[in-house]
Amino acid sequence: MISPLRIPVAALEKTGRLGFGLRNAAYVFFAHVLYISELAYKTVVRAPLLFKNVSLSIEQMYIIGLESLGLVAVTSVFVGGEAVVQATYQFSGYVTLRYLGMVVCKALITELCPVITALVVSSRISTAIAAEIGSMKATEQLDAMACLSLDPIRYLIVPKTIACVCMMPVLVIFSELVAFTASIITALLFTDVSLTTYLLSLRMFFFPKDLFIGVAKTMVFGMVIAMTGAHFGFQSTKGAEGVGEATTKAVMTAAVLILVFDFVIAFLVL
Amino acid sequence: MDIQDALRPRPPDQRPAHSNNKTKLKIEHLRKHFGAVLVLDDVNLDVKSGEIMCVIGQSGHGKSVILKHIMGLMIPDGGRIALDGATYSTPTSKPVDFEEPRRKLGMLFQGAALFDSKNVGENIAFPLREHTDLSENEIRDVVAEGLEMVGLQGIEEKMPSELSGGMRSRVGLARAISMKPEVMLYDEPTSALDPIMGDKINDLILDLRRKLGMTSIVVTHDMSSAYKIADHIAMIYQGRIIYAGTPGEIRASRDPYVQQFIRGQRKLHYAVEDEKVYEAPVDINKLRPAYRPGQHRG
Repeated sequence: MISPLRIPVAALEKTGRLGFGLRNAAYVFFAHVLYISELAYKTVVRAPLLFKNVSLSIEQMYIIGLESLGLVAVTSVFVGGEAVVQATYQFSGYVTLRYLGMVVCKALITELCPVITALVVSSRISTAIAAEIGSMKATEQLDAMACLSLDPIRYLIVPKTIACVCMMPVLVIFSELVAFTASIITALLFTDVSLTTYLLSLRMFFFPKDLFIGVAKTMVFGMVIAMTGAHFGFQSTKGAEGVGEATTKAVMTAAVLILVFDFVIAFLVL
Repeated sequence: MDIQDALRPRPPDQRPAHSNNKTKLKIEHLRKHFGAVLVLDDVNLDVKSGEIMCVIGQSGHGKSVILKHIMGLMIPDGGRIALDGATYSTPTSKPVDFEEPRRKLGMLFQGAALFDSKNVGENIAFPLREHTDLSENEIRDVVAEGLEMVGLQGIEEKMPSELSGGMRSRVGLARAISMKPEVMLYDEPTSALDPIMGDKINDLILDLRRKLGMTSIVVTHDMSSAYKIADHIAMIYQGRIIYAGTPGEIRASRDPYVQQFIRGQRKLHYAVEDEKVYEAPVDINKLRPAYRPGQHRG
C-alpha cells in the first residue's frame, strides 16, 4: 500500500527529533508535500471513475458540506463582526466611516471568509479523513480492500476529494452571506453608520472578479484538505497512537498548505 | 470431535482425499527484511491443490508476513511465489502483477477486517458489485448463500460493531469466499476466539474444502486447531521453515524447537526420545541469544 519511497520520510523525521533542527524539518515538510502531490495525481487520474459510484460522493458531500454548516455559520458571524470592529478601529481619526462597508466587503470576500472557512473545515475534515484512513489501516481494512482487488484511492479518497472540492465553494458562499449579515448588524449596533450608507459602501468598488477568485480558490483548499488527511492516514503506523499523530500532522500541514496556496494564488491572480 | 480426538494422529486411510499431487502454490527462497531485521530467511513451501497447510510458529517469527507476500501486500526482497506454476511475486513485481492472482486468492484476517462503515450485507456484496456483472437480486442471493454457509442467515442489516468476534470472523469468511477463491489464506483464524467458536471456524475451514475444494493455508499457533484441520504442517522459526510434515510426523519430530512449540513449553529440550523429554539446563533465549526475533542476523 505504502510506497517504499516513504521510508526516507520516517528516517528524516526520526533524525529531526534527534536535533537536526529546522533544515531537516524543511526536508520532511517538502517530502510530505511531494507525496501529497503524488497522491493528488493518483486521485485526479481516478476521478472519472467517480461516475460508477456517485452515491459515495453524495454521501461524503452530506458529511463534509451539510454537517459543517453549523460550524461555518458560527465562525462566520464572528468573522463578520470582527471585520467591522477592526476596520472601525483602524479608520478612527484617519478615514471616514462611509468606506467601512467597502473595506469589510473586500476583506470578507477575498481573504477572511475563504481562508478562515478553509481552516475551520480542515480542522474538522482533514482530521476526520486521517483518522478514518488511519484506523482502517490499523484494523487491516485497507489490506482487505487490496485483497479484494478494491482500490482504496478510488473507493475512499476520490469521493472525499470530490466532496471537498465541490462543497468548499458552497460553504464559502454561505459563510460570506452570514458574515455580511453579521457585519451589517455589528455596524448598525456599534458604529454611527446608517444601513443605507453601509450598503452603498458595500457596492462601492465591488468587482465580481474578487468574489470569483475568493470562491474559486477554495476548490484548491478543498483538494488540500482531502489530500493531507488521506496522506497522513495512509502513512499512520502504530495503531491508535499513530492515528492520533496522523490527525495532528494532517491538520497542521493542511493549515500551512492552505496559507501557502492562498499566497501563491493571490500572487499569481491579483 | 474433541481435542483429544483431534490430537490423535489420523491414519492415512482416514485423511481427506481432496488433495492431489499437483502443486497449487509454491514459495521458493522467500526473503524479507524490515529495515535491518531479517524477517523471512529462505522460506520454501509447496502447497498441493486441495490441501490444508498449517503454518505454525511463535508470534513475531514471520507467519503472517508469508501470507502478506502471497496476497501481494508485500514485495519480497528475494525469492519468488508461483500460483498454478505462474510466478507472480518477485522482488521486481509491480502492483499490476498481483491483480490476476488475487482473483484466485481469498484471505481471512485475524480481526476479520470488516469495513465498519458498511453493514454485513454490503461488506459481502462490495467486491461482487465491483468485479461481477451480477444483478442486485443475484448479489442478494450470493450474500444470503455465503451467510448461510457460515451459519449466520439473516444478519445482512447488522453493522460490524454489533457482531461478536466469532460472528465477525464468519462474516469475514463469507466475504472472502463470495468471489469463489481457489486458495484461501487464514491469518490466525481462531486466536481471538473462545475454544468453542474456534472449533466452529475449524469446521468451517474443513467444510469449505469439502464443498468447494479450496486449497487453504492457515497461519496459527493453536495446535489443537492445526492437528484437527491440517493435511500438512510447516513450522516457522525465526523466519525459516524448520520442519514440514503431516501432523503425525510433526508430533514424532525429534527437532527440539518443534517439540518445544507443540508441547507449549517455555524451555527448550535437548531431544525427545521414546516419548521421554530430556530437559535442557537453559531456556531458548539463553541458548541462542543471537537468533532472537527482532534482531538483525546479517
